Amino acid sequence: MRRLDHIGLLALPGLSFLAVIFALPLLLLLLKSFQIDGQFSLEEYRLFFSDEYNMSVLWRTLRVAALTTLLALVIAYPTAIAMSRANGIWLSIFLVAMVLPMSVGVVVKAFAWSIIFRTRGVLNDLLMSLGITEAPIRMLFTETALIIGAANVFLPFMVLPIYAVLRQMDSRLPEAAASLGATPVFRFVNVTLPLSLPGVVAGCAFVFSLAVSMYVIPSLIVGERQQTLSMLTARSFLFLRNEALGATISSILLIIAVSVVLGSSWLANRLGARS
Amino acid sequence: MTGTDRLGLAISWTIAICCVVFLMLPIVVTVAASFTSSSVYTLPPPEWSLRWYRSLDRRSGLWEAVMLSLNLALISTAISLVLGTLAAVAVARGRFQGREAIATFTVSPLMMPGLVVGVALLQFFREIGLRDAYWSLLLGHIVITLPFVMRTLLASMSSFDFSLVDAARTLGLSYPKAILKVLIPNLAPAYLTGGLFAFLASMDNYPISIFLTDARNKTLPIKMLQYLEEQPDPSLAAISSGLILMAVIVLVIGSRTVGLNRMIQG
Repeated sequence: MRRLDHIGLLALPGLSFLAVIFALPLLLLLLKSFQIDGQFSLEEYRLFFSDEYNMSVLWRTLRVAALTTLLALVIAYPTAIAMSRANGIWLSIFLVAMVLPMSVGVVVKAFAWSIIFRTRGVLNDLLMSLGITEAPIRMLFTETALIIGAANVFLPFMVLPIYAVLRQMDSRLPEAAASLGATPVFRFVNVTLPLSLPGVVAGCAFVFSLAVSMYVIPSLIVGERQQTLSMLTARSFLFLRNEALGATISSILLIIAVSVVLGSSWLANRLGARS
Repeated sequence: MTGTDRLGLAISWTIAICCVVFLMLPIVVTVAASFTSSSVYTLPPPEWSLRWYRSLDRRSGLWEAVMLSLNLALISTAISLVLGTLAAVAVARGRFQGREAIATFTVSPLMMPGLVVGVALLQFFREIGLRDAYWSLLLGHIVITLPFVMRTLLASMSSFDFSLVDAARTLGLSYPKAILKVLIPNLAPAYLTGGLFAFLASMDNYPISIFLTDARNKTLPIKMLQYLEEQPDPSLAAISSGLILMAVIVLVIGSRTVGLNRMIQG
């Protein structure tokens, strides 16, 4: 028994590192947002939520994150189904298409989307040469461009958890349902879909929390004109030097991210318990 | 298979193929744009040229930024592999309460908004009087890399047969030697994938680094966004293509040694 206790001590260096350089700073940041001159106060939050501009930024952030998650899910679910049935060369193509973009940095991809959406950029050139539009359309700096770019960057994080669940699913289950006379739609709604829900929940939670806090993508695609919470945080620290505001917004981001993670794991547990 | 089945499958395959094209689009566009002879981004380029690659050595501070990023990525990944091995062995082999909590805690930086971690570190380092940008960046990048390493090591050690380590010890190896000579070689795939993804995450990080840099210590992503503001010519596409080449090399190494399927589980 003693020997095993010693083994537990091996976790100490890593744990104390993360406790001091990760958990403690986050805790201090959170505490700071609830304090004014050393006193507990919700004043900073009241100020934040009573400001109309801040509220519009908060709503835009949540809306963009929700729509990004939705778009990613709509593309990812059928893709994961096809991937789970694929073999050989097709499976390799799908896997490369997931892993390569994941290995290429966000900075590179966000930059690529800013080239694509530019007024004299790739997409407008294509649309005009196909005769779909006559004059270039303004795409960069729009929310739609941001959602498309963000969904592109986060797509693998939606596909892979759903693919993992579908791949594990016993393929004989839908077949058994079919042999009992279930229609394809009935089989999908009552067999495949419920079994894949844990993957969907995990993917949605991951993409939503990434999208709520993304910073590089909106900076390159929409710029300063349409702020998100992250951009507002960075601005209040790097340019405005308003650290109280920055601490409050980052705490709000932190609270959203943590509640999404906790909420989704609770939901995944419940779904797991049911099936 | 009924007609509806076929239709459903056809639809999902069509979307899947569009999805592959969509995912590869930014990569293809970047590489194509880097070989243009023109000074604006038009595709296909009017003429192919290496002009923007040649222009890279006129970019001031680029080389320093590349070296700093490589330095931070390599050192932080190496430190994370050491800290991660120790912590993962403790979780896999220890018989104490809260091992599950330790596992969750060590992976949790992955779920935190990077920007918030950056802000928190900025304030914390200022409060404890750490003013050196390089050390701030290095500590920050260990927080970035450690969870990637922990995720793969925890998963692979949970299925590793530790009686192999015990056998090595009965044969006279000390515990650290047994870990080095038996555990690590056996878990080489996990070390490779965890290490590679950690390295790439560090190379790419912007939201944490931006709060910890100073005028002299700028990492590559920070420098790239600065160039984009100052002079957004296709030389940026050339730098990006260099980073894409690095990702391709990493992917080839990974798929040759551990296989693509294991890489996505990591």
